Amino acid sequence: MPILVYAETWDGKFKKPSFEAMTYAFELAKSTNDTVTAIVIGPATDDELKRAGEYGCTKVLHAGDGKYGSFNPSAFTAVIADCVTSENAKTIIFSQTYSGKSLAPRLAARLKAGLVSGAIALPSTTSPFVVRKKCFSSKGFTDVEVSSDIKIISVFPNAHHIAANNVSANIQAVNPVIAESLFNTKVNEVKKTSGKIALTEAEIVVSGGRGLKGPENWGMVEELADALGAATACSKPVADMGWRPHHEHVGQTGITISPNLYIAIGISGAIQHLAGVSSSKVIVVINADKEAPFFKIADYGIIGDAFQVVPKLTEAVKQLKSSH
Amino acid sequence: MKFLVCISHVPDTTTKITFTPDGKAFNTAGVQFIINPYDEMALTRALELKESLGGTVTVLNVGSAVTEPTLRKALAIGADDAIRINAEPTDALFVAAEIAAIAKNEKYDIIFGGRESIDYNGCQVMTMVAEFLELPSVAIATKLDITGTTATLEREIDGGKEIVSVNLPFVVSAQKDFAEPRIPNMRGIMSARTKPLKVTEPISALKPTTSVAFQTPPPKSECKMISPENPGELIQLLHTEAKII
Repeated sequence: MPILVYAETWDGKFKKPSFEAMTYAFELAKSTNDTVTAIVIGPATDDELKRAGEYGCTKVLHAGDGKYGSFNPSAFTAVIADCVTSENAKTIIFSQTYSGKSLAPRLAARLKAGLVSGAIALPSTTSPFVVRKKCFSSKGFTDVEVSSDIKIISVFPNAHHIAANNVSANIQAVNPVIAESLFNTKVNEVKKTSGKIALTEAEIVVSGGRGLKGPENWGMVEELADALGAATACSKPVADMGWRPHHEHVGQTGITISPNLYIAIGISGAIQHLAGVSSSKVIVVINADKEAPFFKIADYGIIGDAFQVVPKLTEAVKQLKSSH
Repeated sequence: MKFLVCISHVPDTTTKITFTPDGKAFNTAGVQFIINPYDEMALTRALELKESLGGTVTVLNVGSAVTEPTLRKALAIGADDAIRINAEPTDALFVAAEIAAIAKNEKYDIIFGGRESIDYNGCQVMTMVAEFLELPSVAIATKLDITGTTATLEREIDGGKEIVSVNLPFVVSAQKDFAEPRIPNMRGIMSARTKPLKVTEPISALKPTTSVAFQTPPPKSECKMISPENPGELIQLLHTEAKII
């Protein structure tokens, strides 16, 4: 029985979380002696689809018909459900991206399957089937036991590594009969945040808070982010005051992220902010106030004036990059 | 218009989370409970739409009697009536099936909820409700407007936004920006006491998942301090010690 993985694409290319999900599926399949089949919905070239083989997928089911050119949760779910039946799969892996959040619960309801969303590790045992996820907005972990015959896991972005597992991928076009009525949402427009790294997928995030005193001072944050190849983020007060757009707000009521490196500049570290970033692998805090609670969960700290420190950091990053 | 808003009863955002000594449950002692913030945004938008288009707003919660003050708060904010399905909300599929069982007979024009509850962070229930009712769903929406029988929404996607249109009826889950929550006024609080709150027993839906253990994150090791005079040292440490740049 293959393990299925829904591999999301963007502009015809696999997204980074798709490779994480493929790696996760491959490692799970290895422990249960199964193979991995990827499902791709929407346009993608055969060359791109073959890349699934680099991450351990021996088969790729591709629904590439033009009608799948824009996202449609009901119709996409029906396609995935059809693949589950045709492959007789019992385990389906998603990435907990915005699309994954629209699809995995629908599939779970359709198949009466238990869904663990935002998994941060491989199942600790497969009998019983137990998977760890975060809960209480990253203030805790919970081990979730899934008792249904069909099991669905969506993997938290950046929580699982990507590993090459070269196999040859057999690409198979699929075009199941899907009722016209399931194409029930219409995408009128996609507004891309141009040229920037998506915050949820970024490996490095540079974030600013009220300590930066005003929106006009964000230039140095952006320069440091550019030097590091990082995404930018901000704290809730900063988004609420309109200094930065809401989609940059990380925290309990904003976006939850787990980058490899989170650099917090002028953010004191309120419990709601920490909830959104505490699972970052390495945390750097730069703050003028030595009592800032953020230092308690930081790996590296600098007590000092951001206006002095940050430009020097940018310089040091540029030097490091130019010497390698 | 007939609107349903599904709300969760969750610990206040400032709560320090602890678990019972056996690690099997969330320790609720001394915890203040609130309407899940995303659900409150959904409720507010439903009320705004009701005010401009006419209609009713019903709030629904799956929970034991301890959640009733949360439902009363939703009534104080402006909902017309409330339903409590008398069951512990331990599994998303179960909760969604219970909500769908109520909603299928009621012909709501829009079923609202938050994008996720801040306790279990599942991001599952609303989308499952849509599938059970065979309705369209728009998840993680930041805007919602209605013209006639069509709604136009803005939703977040990785690296941008999508503008989506959908015909009523449908299910939506709210993300920040959807609406600015309101503080209930004294009149609202007084009238909430007498608004109808109906309690119904659950159908016995499946519960395919169980949280078998809880844990708080391990304490962090000591923070390594670097002199503000020499920030370059930080970059060296991130390169040679943490090996992340």
